[in-house]
Amino acid sequence: MPWRLLKFAMSDRHPEPRMFTPHGQLKSSYDVVIIGAGGHGLASAYYLARDHGITNVAVIEQGYIGGGNTGRNTTIIRSNYLTPEGVKFYDESVRLWQDLATDFDLNLFYSTRGHFTLAHTDASMRTMRWRAEVNKHYGIDSELVYPDFIQKAVPSMDMSCAGHAPILGALYHAPGAIARHDAVAWGYGRGADMRGVEIHQQTRVLDILTQSGRVTGVRTSRGDIACGKVLCAVAGSTPRILKMLGLRSPIYIHPLQAMVSEPMKQWLDPILVSGSLHVYISQTARGELVMGASLDPYELHSTRSTLDFTESLSAHMVEMLPQLSQAKVVRQWAGMADMTPDFAPIMGKTPIEGFYLDAGWGTWGFKATPVSGKTMSYTVANDRAHPLIEGFAFDRFERYALTGEKGAASVGH
Amino acid sequence: MKIMTCPINGPRLISEFAYWGECKTMPEPADCTDAQWADYVFNKSGAPGVKHEWWCHTPSNTWFIAVRDTMSDVIEKTFLYGQQ
Repeated sequence: MPWRLLKFAMSDRHPEPRMFTPHGQLKSSYDVVIIGAGGHGLASAYYLARDHGITNVAVIEQGYIGGGNTGRNTTIIRSNYLTPEGVKFYDESVRLWQDLATDFDLNLFYSTRGHFTLAHTDASMRTMRWRAEVNKHYGIDSELVYPDFIQKAVPSMDMSCAGHAPILGALYHAPGAIARHDAVAWGYGRGADMRGVEIHQQTRVLDILTQSGRVTGVRTSRGDIACGKVLCAVAGSTPRILKMLGLRSPIYIHPLQAMVSEPMKQWLDPILVSGSLHVYISQTARGELVMGASLDPYELHSTRSTLDFTESLSAHMVEMLPQLSQAKVVRQWAGMADMTPDFAPIMGKTPIEGFYLDAGWGTWGFKATPVSGKTMSYTVANDRAHPLIEGFAFDRFERYALTGEKGAASVGH
Repeated sequence: MKIMTCPINGPRLISEFAYWGECKTMPEPADCTDAQWADYVFNKSGAPGVKHEWWCHTPSNTWFIAVRDTMSDVIEKTFLYGQQ
């Protein structure tokens, strides 16, 4: 037994470095208040401090760090979108992801696996070909592949999907990756915390104070804060915050469910998505299969999950991967997806001076964590939308200038 | 599975129904501004609460209104249009 270990065991004090600075009371004022300590909010805080020298920042979180959609997604990272705006935006995100673990000195379990969006119909094949061409045009590694390539990557897959929906090909995106979602929030949070940003958990925002159309402060469950800038990054809770300001938006909230299997020996290398079966699956470093499907069919502000979902997802999954009929589902959960009519986010300035919005992330937000932080911090620091997010402006609906990403953002619609 | 009461067919499994969104009053297309029309087409009430919603019982194609709490998912009542 090593001497140091024995000494540690015998000692009755085991001081451990805390990851986050505990804070007592809120200060009476900050330069910027960020509502929401999820991936996006904390990434914004990190880049505000690191790149813009803005450190007098408070991040206000109603629950715990990363407890919202950041902790509930199926961790898929990709940039194979449909519109030029989307492709450029998500590609920048994938670039940022590559160096993140080094920046944080924290293992994010970032793993490039390759991502297949399976096509079971001629119409799907045309969409996949369209996406591949748009991607290639912007220097992104995506291509249309055929059944032999897919079967070689996943030998146990039933290419006929139980005879119901034979796979005709797929959009193959080599940079497709997965990561440990919680670690991203912790990494950004710790980086922001180290630079002086205050993270206040278990603190609710009750109201946003304005005067003559500009932000003057925030009312929280632990006191009022004066500030000139508020960044709202609360995903499923967005409409409740917008209501405080009387801002109308096209955002609608539906639950998005997911489930995970028991851990098993590594057999699935790539990430699989099926547009016709409306399911997606990947295998984590721990051997668990993380699975998801389409959005719940009606509005609900709740993270409840249902047996119907598990049954339906399992039935489709087993058509594609019959050996899973014996696998055990260990856990299921849901997040609240803030959906938009064009399946693209809403980012940037709003009609209220000093109120910045990072929302409308629906079922496509996790992969954008780094680039959302980068662009929103720029936007807040300069009071001007970053070029990469101009296509996601709050007022684009009023101008009928939608950024149509429905074909590339989700399944089952 | 959750049960919803179709005004014509009675209590049925929720999988038999399609949700068609909150009831909205359409502005007069000839008179309203483009901004007002965009607001009608795109904007939603958003925040949770008790809402009037259009639903369709798909096997019988019965369209009806449901009054539902979008936070608790409690369906307060369902009725055919014009019969509240």
